[in-house]
Amino acid sequence: MNRIRRYCIALLFPFAANAVESNFPLYDMEPDLYDQASLQRGAATYMNYCLGCHSLGYQRYKRTAEDLGIPERLMLEYLVQDPNAKIGDLIDSSITDENSKVWFGASPPDLTLYTQLKGGPEYLYTYLMTFYKDDTRPLGVNNMVYENVGMPHVLLELQGIQEKVCKEVPQIAENGGEMMDALSQNYLTEEVCGMDLVDRGYSPLQVVEGTGSLSPDEYEQLAYDLSNFLYYVGEPTRLERERTGVFVLIFLAFFFVPAYLLAREYKKEIH
Amino acid sequence: MATLQQSFKNVMDWIDDRLPVTEAYEKHLSKYYAPKNLNIWYYFGIFSFVVLVNQLLTGIWLTMNYVPTGEGAFASIEYIMRDVEYGWMLRYMHSTGASAFFVVVYLHMFRGLIYGSYQKPRELIWILGMLVYVALMAEGFFGYLLPWGNMSFWGAQVIVSLASAIPMVGEDLAIWVRGDFNMSGVTLNRFFALHVVLVPLFLLVLVVLHVLALHEVGSNNPDGVDVKANLDEEGRPVDGVPFHPYFTLGKLPGIIVFLGLFSAVMFFYPDGGGYLIEHPNYEPADPLKTPELIAPVWYYTPFYSMLRAATFPLAGLDAKFWGLVVMAGAIVVPAVLPWLDKSPVKSIRYKGMGSKIMLALFVISFFILGYLGTVHPTPGRTFLAQICTGIYFAYFLLMPWYTRAEKTKPVPDRVTMP
Repeated sequence: MNRIRRYCIALLFPFAANAVESNFPLYDMEPDLYDQASLQRGAATYMNYCLGCHSLGYQRYKRTAEDLGIPERLMLEYLVQDPNAKIGDLIDSSITDENSKVWFGASPPDLTLYTQLKGGPEYLYTYLMTFYKDDTRPLGVNNMVYENVGMPHVLLELQGIQEKVCKEVPQIAENGGEMMDALSQNYLTEEVCGMDLVDRGYSPLQVVEGTGSLSPDEYEQLAYDLSNFLYYVGEPTRLERERTGVFVLIFLAFFFVPAYLLAREYKKEIH
Repeated sequence: MATLQQSFKNVMDWIDDRLPVTEAYEKHLSKYYAPKNLNIWYYFGIFSFVVLVNQLLTGIWLTMNYVPTGEGAFASIEYIMRDVEYGWMLRYMHSTGASAFFVVVYLHMFRGLIYGSYQKPRELIWILGMLVYVALMAEGFFGYLLPWGNMSFWGAQVIVSLASAIPMVGEDLAIWVRGDFNMSGVTLNRFFALHVVLVPLFLLVLVVLHVLALHEVGSNNPDGVDVKANLDEEGRPVDGVPFHPYFTLGKLPGIIVFLGLFSAVMFFYPDGGGYLIEHPNYEPADPLKTPELIAPVWYYTPFYSMLRAATFPLAGLDAKFWGLVVMAGAIVVPAVLPWLDKSPVKSIRYKGMGSKIMLALFVISFFILGYLGTVHPTPGRTFLAQICTGIYFAYFLLMPWYTRAEKTKPVPDRVTMP
């Protein structure tokens, strides 16, 4: 569905461009706003790991609870961290600009509209997936899509630390196929590193085993849920908008029939 | 029933003695004769009226919750999008409407070009139309600052700073326009006033004059034939039909199709892949953070390209100033079209090869310029923009020669029906 939509946009607006800060290609990520469980998990992760620094200052707890199917009581009990916050409040972070500037060199941006700003959730998803160890950075980590990022890898305890690695990958034959040994049926491999791996479609990163509490699959799901949640927050009315749009188009289609019949009568009189 | 009709007539008579309502209704609707051969190109005037009404109504409702201050503007838009009932719909109707307005107005103007609707006796209609267009550009420009997003800020910053390219008074002029040394909440306040009061007033007056002038001389048509030359015994044009109901209810299906297309964009692609609402506008205005690429909204990009196409200083004035001159010239030059076209015929149907080729080149270069305005300039692209700018001006400025030189076809006495 989303792919079809993207083609439609490409047809409508042939010059549509995505702003990307580095050359790293973004991972595919198909958001699903009907998957409430995913959105709820994403909200939980956000409230626990992100809200300490990043507010959602244009979005309210109440609306989020309603849209995600979370009872208000549970929302207040488990997801609203600020003891003074009321259900109708905006989802503000408690960090102050002065503190954050001292701690990180910059204020963490409000993330309400982040996926909108990036033209979709793919950037955020890729960002969450591509932190890696870099001892030259003050916080010890860097990011593939956001070079020299000022943010620590907050989800480190979950994902574990990733390292830039070289990988053994199949050699490519002149005809573009992957080369195989005729006798042993094993791939003929070569060692590829860095951006060359990316060009070949492999991740240049690998988790150091035993450093994270989640398996790579579980972490991928967590990154997906979190991106999906922020995709929802970017435009909470998206589903309502599309639903309303369908009704409007159906109404116009029905309205067209009598209008056409009437116009045909008028047209008959013009010779 | 009879008494009801009688009392209605009495009321109307009473009013008509004091205000010519019936007369106006007949002159402009029920007895305004429009040529019967008007084709699909003649829809766009009606569509632009539909969009105008849309913009006025949604605009009024948006102002009810919009906060025109540097501190509150951005958040108030998100408040409208999230907390105001159907606020998202009002806002998308307005933002999609802005682009739709330019789509239909450009097509409406193109109609004028192909059928020679600017030719005598319709020069004033054309000039008033050009003034509507300029007012519309101003309206769009002021309105674009109001969301106070980062692209709003930097787009306005670039355009206002153009004023500073004017020799001697430029810097002071830019400060006077902004009301500050940099873009600020002060600028936002005044742009708000201009966007919701002054420019719409101008726009409405100009639209009324545009229509009044049209109704004085009557509509042109795809053949460029004067339908008033053939009247029946009661003095009605043989080839005309009353505007109402034939071009009101009779054109309803077309209006519904237009509303369908409008709704499809508005409900399913409201930001148009970053062309109707640009992605950098999803973060608040930040004077310290320049967007990677400052591009105006698509409807200004052809002119923006022409502005950037001027790359060398001349006569002691820098390139920026000449860019401004080229851009202003590009917007003004179509206004004198009625006096540039020396062809004995109006419609492209009967004009010669020269006009057709020049029109085709003009349209192609306008599209290329539009595209170039959305991307980073490179030496190659700038060169292409310079060529297209040349073609744009050649279409107008060479018109007196190529329209005179070419061989035209004979125009029929009566309109031809498709």
